[in-house]
Order: sequence, then C-alpha cells, then structure tokens
Amino acid sequence: MIEISNVIKTYKAGNKAIRKLNIQIADGEFVFIVGRSGSGKSTLLKMLMKEVEPTSGHIIVNGVNLQKMPRRLVPKYRRRLGMVFQDFKLLKDRNIYENVAFAQRVIGVPPRRIKENVPEMLKLVGLSSKYKFYPNQLSGGEQQRVAIARALINNPEVLLADEPTGNLDRQNADEIMELLAEINAQGTTVIVVTHSQEIVDSMKKRVITMDKGMVVSDKRGGEICEIQHNLL
Amino acid sequence: MFSLASVATISACIFLFCLFFSIIANIRNIAYLAETTIGVTVFFDDGMTEEEILALGDQIAQRPEVKEMNYISAEQAWESFQAEYFAGMEELAEGFAEDNPLASSASYEIFLKDISQQNTMVSYLQSLEGVRKVNYSNDLVAGFTNLNRLVGILSVVIIGLLLAVSVFLISNTIHVAAAFRKTENQIMRLIGATNFMIRAPFVVEGVVLGLAGALIPLGATYILYGRMVEYVGERFSGTAGGMGGVLRILPLEALFPTMAAVAMALGVGIGFFVSFFTIRKHLKV
Repeated sequence: MIEISNVIKTYKAGNKAIRKLNIQIADGEFVFIVGRSGSGKSTLLKMLMKEVEPTSGHIIVNGVNLQKMPRRLVPKYRRRLGMVFQDFKLLKDRNIYENVAFAQRVIGVPPRRIKENVPEMLKLVGLSSKYKFYPNQLSGGEQQRVAIARALINNPEVLLADEPTGNLDRQNADEIMELLAEINAQGTTVIVVTHSQEIVDSMKKRVITMDKGMVVSDKRGGEICEIQHNLL
Repeated sequence: MFSLASVATISACIFLFCLFFSIIANIRNIAYLAETTIGVTVFFDDGMTEEEILALGDQIAQRPEVKEMNYISAEQAWESFQAEYFAGMEELAEGFAEDNPLASSASYEIFLKDISQQNTMVSYLQSLEGVRKVNYSNDLVAGFTNLNRLVGILSVVIIGLLLAVSVFLISNTIHVAAAFRKTENQIMRLIGATNFMIRAPFVVEGVVLGLAGALIPLGATYILYGRMVEYVGERFSGTAGGMGGVLRILPLEALFPTMAAVAMALGVGIGFFVSFFTIRKHLKV
C-alpha cells in the first residue's frame, strides 16, 4: 500500500511543484499518472524513490514512512522498487546480459544466482536470443525491455515507470504496456507516468490526473476522464 | 591522460622524498660517525696534580651532553707521541730519558651524545677553573648542523609543493572518471547501491594511481642508489683518511626498507584519501 497524505513540495526557488497531494494506491494496483508538463508527476515519482523530500506531509510505502527513514536505509528501500526511464538509462559499454546482471551485482547477489536469474528475466521480456547484443544494436522497444528486465530482476514490490513509451512507436509502446500488465498480473504494483492518451485509453486502468501539483481527477478503469483529456 | 599525469606527479614527489631521505639519512650517519670518532679534547693548567685533574674529570662526566670520556695521562700522551713520531728512530727519544716533555699534557678526550651540543659543552669546559685549552672543530659542527637543517627545510618545501600538485591531479582524475560514469552511478543509486559500492571503484583507482606513483620512483631509487654506493665504494675507498673514515655512504639495505615503507604509505595514502574525499561530492543518496 502506498499512502501519500497532504504532501506539499516547494523547491528552493519558490516553485510549488506539489500543492497538496492525497493518493492511496493498493498493493498490486496498476495506476497511470497523467498530466501536462510541470503538473508534478515527475516530482511525485522522485519523492517515491526518495530522491526528493516533501516540504510537508507523509509518504508511506508498504508500511515504511519515508520521512522518518534514516539516509543509511535509503539504498535498502530502493531495492524494493524498480525504476524504468523514458531514455532507458542502459550502460552502453555493456551487453544486455551485463546490463541486467549489473542490478544484481550492485546489491551483492552471488554470481551463481545471477547466472540463473538473468537468462530467466531476459526470457520473460523476450530477449533471450539477444543477450550478447549491446544497447545500440537494439531497437527502442527492445532497449526498454532490457530496462524493464533490469528493474524487475531484484523482484521489486513496486515498479515505477517514467514515460516508458515516450521514445517508442505505437507498436513497441503497446508491447511494453502488455509486458507491464503481465508484470502487474504477477502481483507487482505498477505506477506509470505518461503523456500518451492512446495508451491510457487502451489499458483501462486507474488514471490519476494531476495539474499544478494537485490531483484533479482519479478514475477507476473504464471510466471516461473528461478533465484528463483536457489536461494532456 | 589525467591518470598518467597523476602517476608522473606522485612519482616525482616520491622520488624527491627518496632523494632527500637518502641525503638526510647519510648526513645523519656522517654526523653520528663524527660524534663517535671526533671528540673535544681538554688540557689542564700546568702544575695540576693528576688527582685534581681526575676530580675535574668526574665533574665533567656529570654533564648530560657527555657520552664517553677517556683520560689520557701525560705518560700515555708521551708514549703515543713517541710511537707516532719516533717510530724506527727510538734512540732519538732516549735523550729525553726520564724527563717527559709532555708532562703538562694530561687530557680528557670527550665524545658527545649529539654533535650539535658541542658549542654548549665547549663554553662550559672553557669556564672551568684549571682548564688551559679546549681543542675542537667548530666548522665541522656548524657544517653538519646547517647542512642538516637546510636539506630538511628544502625537502619539506619541495615535497609539500609536489604533494599539493599530486592532490590536485588525482582529484581531477577522479572528477573526470566520476563525470564519465555519471549514468552508471545514477543507475547504481536508483537500484539501491550503497555509497560504499559507488565509491569503491574510484577509491581503488586512486589507490592504484598512488601505488604506481610509489613503485616507479622506488624502483628508480633502488637502482640508482645501489649504483652510487658501488661507484663511491670503488672510487673513494680508503681516501677519506683525514676524516677518519667518517665519509661513508650508508648501504642500500640500511635505508631502503624504511624508505620503501614510507614511500608506499605516502603514495597509497594520497591516492586513498584524495579519491575518497573527491568522490564524496558526487555521492547523493
């Protein structure tokens, strides 16, 4: 369960990124967060990753109050999350296998287990045959699959995706969203920040619309979001 | 490029350290030999009895500067003189028969703990009632003391400057490496790597730079110093007569273990601490 209560975030320059946010996301939910640029979506993700601290309010992720968490425990907390970016953030000098294995090495997984886990994860994202390829030898969709494999390899409780289809064509975007839906079906909470109305409409999941740092609409799957359309 | 510059600067710094270490160790060794072989000789007033001289000797022996004292009686002085100047012509000395021409030459030969204390000791001896003359070599003492001080100051200044340049260059190398691996570090942070995990490769890089920077000059010093000892040994053996064998160069084995330990600690220490503190700026939890 993710509970965001009365969260306000004002940056040093006085820019109010989040005015007052109250959101609850249940375990295993699939949630889209939409809104125009500057609406506070990315700040929300950064606060969930504990990259940015709220000015006031509380964020509780699976029982852990992020505001009360000592800095030394932040790395351990982040191991419970998976993160996918619009620009993939893959290591260009390492092949696909190494990129995925990197996430396990960082947290000290024994090499024997890495050898078992990585091929399994590459199979899940459909890239088993390309494990020796380097990122620049793959399409955008394939690179995003690698990024998803890397985010999932440590079995996160929550997967955060920041514009995961932003650099992809429609077909690749659909495939990525199908993959995220499969991951969600296995019990992982998935939060996707996106601009794509088509993706949101096709997935029929919960959609939270933000504007000027506030939630202006929170619709369950299948509901039509008029305000949301205006704000995209 | 920065790595090479860093290694070169640390190497230069540590090479100079080795050079000054060798010079200072040898000067100290010469000073030590001088202290143990060159002494202050005290002569006493005419007419003083041996008992009075020995009593004065006991008083001098109480001084903290004194390491060792030898009493040379008038008879011993005359025998020594005869052995040195009448060798092979003993009949010439027989003319003096029972009349010792050095009757008033009983003396004490005093060796000091530290040659730099010689002036204090000489002043004390000259102030004593019954002391006729004090023989000592003032130039030698001043020479050693000044040379030791000059080399010490020079080495501190030059090594200090090179240390500052080394710190700057290693810091720059680590900054560049951190900028190059920015994406990797960012991913590591978001995946849940601890600061230790992010910092470790940079610290290892700094330590390797420091280690390479120490090993190169140590190798050079080992070869050059060894050759110098051989050269001096062949060229100047037995020619230091006037100084009583004081001008001897320390063998490599006598100073290399300490020099190597300090140089390695210096190189690795610089590499470790500079990289450790430089990378801190790039760590953000």
